[in-house]
Amino acid sequence: MIRFLSRLTPVLATAAVFLAGFVVCALIYPNFASLRVVMNLLTDNAFLVIVAVGMTFVIISGGIDLSVGSVIGFTTVFLALAIERWGVPPLAAFVLILVICAAFGAAMGAIIQYFELPAFIVTLAGMFLARGVSFLLSTESLPITADLYAHLSEHALRFGAGARLTVPAIIMLVVVLAGMVLLHLTRFGANVYALGGSRTATGLMGINVGRTTVLIYTLSSVLAGLAGIVFSLYTSSGYSLSAVGVELDAIAAVVIGGTLLSGGYGFIFGSFLGVMIQGLIQTYISFDGMLSSWWAKIATGLLLFAFIAFQQLTLHLARRSRRAPAGAHP
Amino acid sequence: MALRLPRIGTSQIVALGLILVANWIVSPQFFDIRLQDGRLFGSLIDVFNRGAPVALLSIGMVLVIAMRGIDLSVGAVMAICGAIAASLADSHSLPVVLAAALGAGLLCGLWNGLLVAVLGIQPIVATLILMVAGRGIAQLITEGRIVTFTSPDLAFLGGGSVLGLPTPVVLTLGMMALTLLLVRGTALGLMIEATGGNPRASALAGIGTRLITVAVYMWSGLCAALAGIVASADILGADANNAGLWLELDAILAVVIGGTSLFGGRFSILLAVVGAFIIQAMNTGILLSGFPPETNLVVKAVVVLAVLLAQSPRLGGHLAGLGVLFKRSKSGGRRS
Amino acid sequence: MHATETLPPPLLALAGFSKSFAGFTALDRVDFTLRAGEIHALLGENGAGKSTLIKAMTGVVARDAGTMKLDGVAITPRSAQDALAAGIATVYQEVNLAPNLSVAQNLFLGRQPTRFGLVREGEMRRRARALLSEFGLSIDVAAPLESYSVAIQHIVAIARAVDQSARVLILDEPTASLDAHEVEVLFAVMRQLSARGIGIVFVTHFLDQVYAICDRITVLRNGRLAGSAPVEELPRLDLVRLMLGRELSEATSRRPPVIEGEARADIATFRGVGKAGTIAPFDLSLRAGHVVGLAGLLGSGRTETVRLVFGVDPADCGAAEVGGRAVTIGSPREAMALGFGYCPEERKTEGIVAELTVRENIALALQARRGALSPLSRREQDALAARFIGLLDIRPPDPERPVGLLSGGNQQKVLLARWLATAPRLLILDEPTRGIDVGAHAEIIGLIRDLCREGMALLVVSSELEELVTYADEVVVLRDRAHVARLSGAQIEVSTILATIAQAPACADAA
Repeated sequence: MIRFLSRLTPVLATAAVFLAGFVVCALIYPNFASLRVVMNLLTDNAFLVIVAVGMTFVIISGGIDLSVGSVIGFTTVFLALAIERWGVPPLAAFVLILVICAAFGAAMGAIIQYFELPAFIVTLAGMFLARGVSFLLSTESLPITADLYAHLSEHALRFGAGARLTVPAIIMLVVVLAGMVLLHLTRFGANVYALGGSRTATGLMGINVGRTTVLIYTLSSVLAGLAGIVFSLYTSSGYSLSAVGVELDAIAAVVIGGTLLSGGYGFIFGSFLGVMIQGLIQTYISFDGMLSSWWAKIATGLLLFAFIAFQQLTLHLARRSRRAPAGAHP
Repeated sequence: MALRLPRIGTSQIVALGLILVANWIVSPQFFDIRLQDGRLFGSLIDVFNRGAPVALLSIGMVLVIAMRGIDLSVGAVMAICGAIAASLADSHSLPVVLAAALGAGLLCGLWNGLLVAVLGIQPIVATLILMVAGRGIAQLITEGRIVTFTSPDLAFLGGGSVLGLPTPVVLTLGMMALTLLLVRGTALGLMIEATGGNPRASALAGIGTRLITVAVYMWSGLCAALAGIVASADILGADANNAGLWLELDAILAVVIGGTSLFGGRFSILLAVVGAFIIQAMNTGILLSGFPPETNLVVKAVVVLAVLLAQSPRLGGHLAGLGVLFKRSKSGGRRS
Repeated sequence: MHATETLPPPLLALAGFSKSFAGFTALDRVDFTLRAGEIHALLGENGAGKSTLIKAMTGVVARDAGTMKLDGVAITPRSAQDALAAGIATVYQEVNLAPNLSVAQNLFLGRQPTRFGLVREGEMRRRARALLSEFGLSIDVAAPLESYSVAIQHIVAIARAVDQSARVLILDEPTASLDAHEVEVLFAVMRQLSARGIGIVFVTHFLDQVYAICDRITVLRNGRLAGSAPVEELPRLDLVRLMLGRELSEATSRRPPVIEGEARADIATFRGVGKAGTIAPFDLSLRAGHVVGLAGLLGSGRTETVRLVFGVDPADCGAAEVGGRAVTIGSPREAMALGFGYCPEERKTEGIVAELTVRENIALALQARRGALSPLSRREQDALAARFIGLLDIRPPDPERPVGLLSGGNQQKVLLARWLATAPRLLILDEPTRGIDVGAHAEIIGLIRDLCREGMALLVVSSELEELVTYADEVVVLRDRAHVARLSGAQIEVSTILATIAQAPACADAA
């Protein structure tokens, strides 16, 4: 049990930071502690959580995906054009874009695997490509007026006092749950962890490393596409410049959520909390009214540093304690 | 094993030449240069002028990459230092402004270097922290506004000219010369290449790898600071949100195009700068040819992939068996 | 001959295995036979071909020639998975499992029990406990693998292999980092597997363990089969001779006569230096023009001794004196400042910088000592390179060639040149002739003799005892991470060294 708790330490730390932050906010602004604020937190950050879930898989496997923000941008533009200009029914457009994203992710994964190139540079090229293609499609902000969009934005579970669990938030919660099941309860999930633990060992244990890598990047891109759909629902528009820099927010959320950037350890729920902490900072800033948004970036940077330093320290201690008894061999 | 003979860089220089010629084809007045008020003007001059910030970044980045590192924070450092320069420009003399901005760059580099060399954090992670927080710090300095200034001294660094050449180009050449002097004029270059090539062997040969790591990140910070000053001086102001945005990626791309391996070892400062100008020449070419500027990113993506695949050890292995095809694809790769 | 006919066919039979890498012959027509239920020691020094043989029989590298039969059926595995599917599993010293996963996940990765696509965690743990209890192990299988000792990790790896119906189990140095009790636990597991009819190939460098558990011994040396015999027929001294000895053709070459009574300046003296868990405290005295050889089996503490002297793994006790002054040597830089040089055994990973040129590799250490700010001019570098290329006969004599393209012997010469360029007072050579064509051995040895004549102090680690005795003035024998004997003068004989190495630890304790 103690061991289990020690594995959960990073997530517990994240949860503690979130709760402490929430309490501080509530003490300063009495109407902060309301269901409505919490529900808005879920809705406003729904797309980011969805991306962070995919990023968690990638980072646990020892990789990184810099293309997700661009994929979101591309998705919103594609949806706006497909639905408004080309007359594709929204649901068909959703399916279509997810298939395109899947192919995109699979291609990146395949290049990383088969050409033994660093993930960051391949996904960097992917980032350029996705953003560039969305610019080529359109550089304007395109409103989406389809009935489905109006309908979906109306639709929400209401809890009174203006608290609404919106469709984006519901989709996000489903993705978090599904992500947890996939990562923690399936063979695929175990393979993802194994890859992050030791790539060569995973191969020697007979796991198809190539297939797993391709699937991981496919999953990340599909979730980025889904985040794009949610983003377009949220804004009812498509814009090629949307979600610039979201990959950084997602990586930050994953790290703050206790996932080791070098791979092998981490939890989906931690990433969820990581996004919520970022959302909390944003909400605090908007409540304050005087503070400017750049504080959010500085705070995120500080949190990142704190969590990375904490990880480095625990790794160092773990290594030292493990080496001590065996020590004999160089 | 990636064993390469000393590189002459013909392919990069030929590539730059070909792109410039292509630009000339789409825009016949491309090579027209006129002298006006003692400063040269023309599309060709423009390529070098606009390419200067990325070229400056690539000078620092190439050293970091040669040490098996990466510096993702240079764009944010540009924003910080540009903001400092713009905020101080109207109230302080130019030497103070420069000292403050360049000092801030060195400090940012020191931070990165310490995280990598002392705390042992992977470079991509360590520099990510400043990449995220740096832009916030820049906005803190500008208080979220776009700070403008009127100081002609600082403006000269962006819009002025020396011997007819735009100041940014002169600064880039100066920085390149200084770096070459420091790195190739001393044994630092050899030590960097040795450490990037085999860190353990280098440490056993008595090279102080930690100190060099810190120094290299600091130099990258300094180059980013200079790029930030140039960018601010060019627009007579500092935009913390957009200054240097994504330029770290262009700088990495320039280094890769310049033939330095992402896995460290041999490097070429000159070719990294050539790489930066190749990127700018492509940008300009796309503009001139009437394609939407948005095409840029797609082209960049294709170039990154092509260069990477050409460098990939795996590709060589696959195609070696196909003999002739390998040779063809290699020469094809060079042309791109 | 009648007896052999009644024996069942061997479980695994390799014949004529050969493999060469870029002109270097790593395996030369090696035969190897493993019977069901046999624990078979595979022995040899570094570079003898053990790991190449294992890689060749598990398909990790493709053999150049030879046949392989499992149960009389010819097979040619093309990958580790292939070999595993055929029933040949390998457990490496660096346990090849995922340290971050639970023990249960590691045991069943890729074949976890599932229901509706979900892993049945409870069922998996139950099976994991059952599997491990067969090996007398009762641990929390939900805990991450890395929270357990290396011994348990090895047993988990073995359990995984056996559970995947392995019939041949290759254990590559499993005991290298285990303590005595853990070794016993592992041996119990091995005996049990042997009783089940599984054939075990056991690679180790601890001779006691060989005699404690093995049925048969096969020794490789320089890529060739040096001998194979049942353990009863191969006493310790004969075994050590097989491992380190060489055909007596070279026995005639004698080391140069030591000039008795000649005053030799002390270069460095170490008293009681050691490092807990690495090497027991030892005394060592290094004098100008004097060669001290370190002899012992692999893992006896030879490399550990020289790394300590050079400050790579600094000592945690004792005192060192260089040129009459008390010093602490905390890093290679400090050792260099004292005039030390070190050619490591791992030439590729710790020695050369493959993509740099011969000239740059030679200049590296001298340059590091001068500091970055006083660079060797190109002319000085060229002169340095030309001098040493000529002096050491480095081939091809092209200073601008990337050193990675040179042969092993020439790479070694470049490394020697790197340190000679710093004009060291003490030069440490760890296995200077390893992985080098036999022809180049003589050259390197000639160099060692010349250096000695010029008044340099030398500390040389070598498994080539016949060579060592020709140049050493003093030989320190190591066993089990301790210096156990110091031989000088007429005592420096291959047979004496072999006998000292082969003494059972019990005798050594008594002495």
